Amino acid sequence: MAKRLQSTKELLSLQEKIGASRDPEQKVVSVCAGTGCCAYGAKKLAEAFASSIEGHGLEGEVALRLTGCHGFCERGPLVVIHPEGTFYQRVQLDDVDEIIEKSVQAGEVIERLLYADAGGKTYEHEKDVPFYKNQQRILLANNGLIDPTRIEDYLAIGGYRALAKVLDEMEPEEVCAAVKASGLRGRGGGGFPAGVKWESCRAAHSPDGVRYVICNADEGDPGAFMDRSLMEGNPHLVIEGMIIGAYAIGMPGKPKGYVYIRNEYPLAVERLGIALEQAREMGLLGEKILGSELDFDIRINKGGGAFVCGESTALMASIEGEVGEPRAKHIHTVESGLHDLPTNLNNVETWANVPLIIDRGVDWFTSIGTGDVSDNPWGGSKGTKIFALVGKVNNTGLVEVPMGATLRHIIYEIGGGIIGGKKFKAVQTGGPSGGCIPEEKLDLEVDFDRLTEVGSMMGSGGMIVMDESTCMVDIAGYFLHFLADESCGKCVTCREGLKQLCIIIDRIREGKGREGDLTLLQDLGETIAEASLCALGQTAPNPLRSTLKYFREEYEEHIRNKKCRAGVCKALIRYSIDAEKCTGCLICARKCPQECISGEKKKPHVIDQDKCIKCGVCMDVCKYDAVCVE
Amino acid sequence: MEPPDDKTVRFQINGRSHEGTRGESLLAAIRRHGYEVPSLCYHEAVSPYGACRLCLVEVKRGRRQKLTTSCNYPLQEGIEVFLDTDRVVRHRRTILQLLLAMAPEAEELRSLAAEYGVEDTPFVTDEEHADNACILCGLCNRVCNEVVGAHAIAFAGRGLHKRMESPYDDVAEACIGCGACVFVCPTSCIGIEETEQMRRILKWHRDLPMQKCAACGRPFAPTFQIMHFADKIGVERSHFDRCPDCR
Repeated sequence: MAKRLQSTKELLSLQEKIGASRDPEQKVVSVCAGTGCCAYGAKKLAEAFASSIEGHGLEGEVALRLTGCHGFCERGPLVVIHPEGTFYQRVQLDDVDEIIEKSVQAGEVIERLLYADAGGKTYEHEKDVPFYKNQQRILLANNGLIDPTRIEDYLAIGGYRALAKVLDEMEPEEVCAAVKASGLRGRGGGGFPAGVKWESCRAAHSPDGVRYVICNADEGDPGAFMDRSLMEGNPHLVIEGMIIGAYAIGMPGKPKGYVYIRNEYPLAVERLGIALEQAREMGLLGEKILGSELDFDIRINKGGGAFVCGESTALMASIEGEVGEPRAKHIHTVESGLHDLPTNLNNVETWANVPLIIDRGVDWFTSIGTGDVSDNPWGGSKGTKIFALVGKVNNTGLVEVPMGATLRHIIYEIGGGIIGGKKFKAVQTGGPSGGCIPEEKLDLEVDFDRLTEVGSMMGSGGMIVMDESTCMVDIAGYFLHFLADESCGKCVTCREGLKQLCIIIDRIREGKGREGDLTLLQDLGETIAEASLCALGQTAPNPLRSTLKYFREEYEEHIRNKKCRAGVCKALIRYSIDAEKCTGCLICARKCPQECISGEKKKPHVIDQDKCIKCGVCMDVCKYDAVCVE
Repeated sequence: MEPPDDKTVRFQINGRSHEGTRGESLLAAIRRHGYEVPSLCYHEAVSPYGACRLCLVEVKRGRRQKLTTSCNYPLQEGIEVFLDTDRVVRHRRTILQLLLAMAPEAEELRSLAAEYGVEDTPFVTDEEHADNACILCGLCNRVCNEVVGAHAIAFAGRGLHKRMESPYDDVAEACIGCGACVFVCPTSCIGIEETEQMRRILKWHRDLPMQKCAACGRPFAPTFQIMHFADKIGVERSHFDRCPDCR
């Protein structure tokens, strides 16, 4: 396989050969080996499958495939049996032999391992499970089908065909124009039209023709993991996008590539490294790619863990070996970026869209999504977006939907609604600097512009669902502390401003809020948003400002009535035991770390309020709902 | 009137037309034309950094008007600059309040704040750092790197833990004791002491013996500093045996 391909013709015939050698009826046990399922023990599970296949004498007949993330992390470890597509969830080591014997050999379905919805209805195939059925998976479509460590798998599904098309049929300018016409906007948060950026970088003056093409894989939003899953599950898709970008932006000339990736993503670093090496061996990277004039290679640069290094100028400073601090962008990075040369930076998900747009065409891409981008690349949001759906929702995981899907569709149809049938309160989109969107906006059609209009943002696509047990003051405080900790500390408004916002919101959380604090928060938030140097500071007050806008009464209750309606802020709550409901079972008294619950067996218990530290253990362990919080 | 060359640009400040050089610091151009804009982290001798945010102005370019710091804004043809708009002043006052909470005892800061009617801060002062007037403007570091070339100090830590210090907060071995950092510090927080024998830069823990003039016997500069500059400009060290007066 290590033969270097000399032309696009050789690539296409190799693809054909691989395709023809694959038997569509081949029995395959596909085990999700994404980070989530690995944490559930997927690696041991895969080993068990390997020895079970061997033990049953099925080598050669049944293949075992370790794939990237399937997205339904809530139900891991996930196993799919092909060609039937039988979908098993929460598979344990004890289930392995049964799956091989009954499902693979005898073709039976093991009912117990199927996904069952809240009503108890089971689903045999992955595509019918509501979590998947209600998505439109184009980027994640192949995550469950290919082994990310085998380039043949990617080639078998038509991988690198878009690159061949670009090299054979398109001038670099035509590629830029196609990406512009597609309306693809930056998936890293900014939503800037990728084609416009490509054209600017292409047009910028470079003294010796060097232009940098960078993939921003410094995914740092708490709870967001779509970029990681793409790199772990389908790394060649991202690499192919970057090679096409290098051709479009840097030819004729000397394009150079970087992937800036978090060091905390070891599996993604490993898989990307393997993929790059395979691409080099096959002549898809390096000199004279597929016999063309394009010389291009990609280097992995591991980030040291600073959230702010996801900001483009800080990221470039970090690659240069400088401290990862943003600089003012009065001169755009497309003109003067890495090493002061023209630099085009896009996010992982943005790059992953590129081969699909080239392969399936601009019309196909613009048929998905909102608005009209035919004469204005800002005129809408096209394509799909992957969201990391987490929080108080039944089905957490990675969700890919067309732009314009409503929040309600994502949370209820795909996410299966709120855990325990509780009441929905808010959804936080866009990562820590996004905003909290209230229930009355659940029918919002999610795209770049609609989210901004309601005071939130697309960000990288985090989506945290909150129910009535979430305190909005507390949650705003959580995000503010995160951002204050992650501020680079360069400019006064971000560093000192966020510090002061934290001090004020903490005092409100502790029941020491003062009249005037809300005005102070509002004014300071506005200064931080308008006067900070980079996007981290400029968007940092979003969680505060959106909760002040939609949940102001909760702040007022904290300050004036010293009350936290969600029962979260410890200084404002007290636990008590309902004597009517208490059966005197003694469990709470035994579990209380303060030993401050007293009472005789089979008689109502009492909490000593002076000693109570409000840990809530008594409430968690009580089987009779006798412990209340107010 | 001579036709403007391609480096000269025309722009407006508060509605009045002016000329400047393309790409120069907008703040420098504004000040050259006699307008006042406050700043704490800017000095014309070093590259702009954009940390203190006090030099905010509003810039209109085409149809877009936006708030920006002027120190790091490269001057461009046709821009309209507005100083001291309501928006600018409102944010500047808040920034001064934030700085006052950071360094409540800094005299220079107090008087600048007073000019904007800010006598007090609604924000909580960090008592632990009350005796440290450093506002992390980074001027000392830029002067040391870009003008002196000694590279003796740097920022350490990140975010709330950011601080300016000598390596490991121990003796700054590369410090030549020139005192340029002390001179540019907007809050006078570095500290310099000098005796016949010794110059001490307090914040960098640096004590340097003084060179005595071979002619008049007066101590005039730290010996280490003289060695640094002699090496830098490539002259014999004996060139600096005498003080500037006796040379």
